[in-house]
Amino acid sequence: MTIVNTAKFSLIAIAVAAAVMAFAHWYNVDYLFFASYTILQFIVLATAWNILGGYCGYVNFGSAAFFAMGAYSSVFMHKFYPLPIPMLILIGAAVSGIAGFGMGYLTLRLRGSFFAIATLALAVVLQTLVVNWEYVGGSRGAYIIRPETIEFAGIQINYIEYLFGLMLGLAIIALVTARAIERSQLGFGFATIRDDELAAEACGVPTLRLKLIATTLSGAFMGMAGAPFPYYIGYLQPQSAFGLEYAVNSIAMPMIGGTTSWVGPLVGAILLGSAQQYATVTISSAVNLLIVGLMLVAFVIIAPNGLIGLVQEHLRKRRRS
Amino acid sequence: MSPLLHVDSISKRFGGFVALDGIELEVQPGERLGLIGPNGSGKSTLVNCICGTLHNESGSVRFDGQAIDGLAAHERTHRGLARSFQLPRPFHSMSLADNLRIPLLYTVHARLGPLRSAGDLDSRCHELLDMVGLAKKAKQLPRDLTQVEMRKLELARAVAAEPKLLIADESMAGLSHSEIEDILALLVRLNERGITVILIEHIMSAVMSFSQRLAVLVSGKKIADGKPEDVVRNPEVVRAYLGQ
Repeated sequence: MTIVNTAKFSLIAIAVAAAVMAFAHWYNVDYLFFASYTILQFIVLATAWNILGGYCGYVNFGSAAFFAMGAYSSVFMHKFYPLPIPMLILIGAAVSGIAGFGMGYLTLRLRGSFFAIATLALAVVLQTLVVNWEYVGGSRGAYIIRPETIEFAGIQINYIEYLFGLMLGLAIIALVTARAIERSQLGFGFATIRDDELAAEACGVPTLRLKLIATTLSGAFMGMAGAPFPYYIGYLQPQSAFGLEYAVNSIAMPMIGGTTSWVGPLVGAILLGSAQQYATVTISSAVNLLIVGLMLVAFVIIAPNGLIGLVQEHLRKRRRS
Repeated sequence: MSPLLHVDSISKRFGGFVALDGIELEVQPGERLGLIGPNGSGKSTLVNCICGTLHNESGSVRFDGQAIDGLAAHERTHRGLARSFQLPRPFHSMSLADNLRIPLLYTVHARLGPLRSAGDLDSRCHELLDMVGLAKKAKQLPRDLTQVEMRKLELARAVAAEPKLLIADESMAGLSHSEIEDILALLVRLNERGITVILIEHIMSAVMSFSQRLAVLVSGKKIADGKPEDVVRNPEVVRAYLGQ
């Protein structure tokens, strides 16, 4: 099998993104941008979760907190010193990345369910802080009035299309990074942590340092996904930014797609995200979490290693026979 | 000659239980040392303290002339101290070749710099798997291996770190006579290549045929240390093993 190197893969991914962007621009339906933005946002979130949860085996229940930190850093900057969204994305990444590093540092010795509970506690603590922080809207929330259009390379484009383009770019960056990690020395190190931390240390793997890298990277990408969110939603309140759907989806999507490869979160996010968008339009947005729950239960029973795991197992059996 | 490993009066407690009580041990470069003792005597705790998995409360460990007490387990591996585990702990999601790639990437790189190309890594993995007779299974997962193959993989992975000292913790437990012979021959070959070996084992025939020196632990204390034929006749050792 030929393995495409990172540079080639990046070019292919950029070409695919350009084609998607061109198609969406040509089709020019606002709902398509709205719905696709959400799916792309979940691709970034699921990929970010998978760097720590899938590659290293450390389950993070606090994804919503990192996402919300990105969103609230944008709200803060919007009031304090307005900047273009790409800059806000970088700030969101820095804030959530630092928080990820801090979380990693404080929970270095925790494993399994203890680590998961600690991440859940982080989300609760942060939500409490935000609810009581008036500058960013407190419990009332904050309004972000976004312009209808934005000028981009001399062309006036719809703002939602602009946000869609940004999220598409972020999804590409997240996927290229995840794939590069997977095939690098770092990725091998992460996999040893997932498989057996004691044996990893005995092989010379600096597990604590690698865990810090994973928590920082994972947090940073979640923050990046959250930074444009206030501009997308227009009104940000703690309940929406720290919503259960972010924590649940960012776990469920990689689990359904498969956690050992960058493809898993992508497949899971597209599948689950599309099903949720379809249900939102045809039935009700209230059934979203029900869909996630049912699919998660089904996959845990039928394909515990996700769709990618199922395919890999099938290929392995074929090779053996 | 200065010892490769010098364990100086180390102690370890788990709550009120004294697991190690002032253990002294020296291992010379190139030596084959057997370490025996009944279950619960502190052998594995001693290995864990030497390798950095556990931290001793008092005493110190010197390796290759330097104190390594403050070092993490992976840093000790970088210095040339490798171990195999009592129960094999392979990386289950990786092929056998990738299992060996880890110490090559993380330890040999750390010690000698990033000298290995992908081709070098592949050929070194193949060489190591060939040494333990697993070359044909390089792309398989550890779950496809038999018990003895798993033990061999464990040893090959420890050797991939290019250690000066290898601690083989019960590498022969649960194996048949011919499989034990296989592992013993492998350990002797490794020793002949210049790797100092500490063998922790319950199978006395294997320990006796392998070891140039034998140390005995009982209840966290070293009760004997010397030539194997003298140690097994030591009344204290006989009492500890046979309860006389």
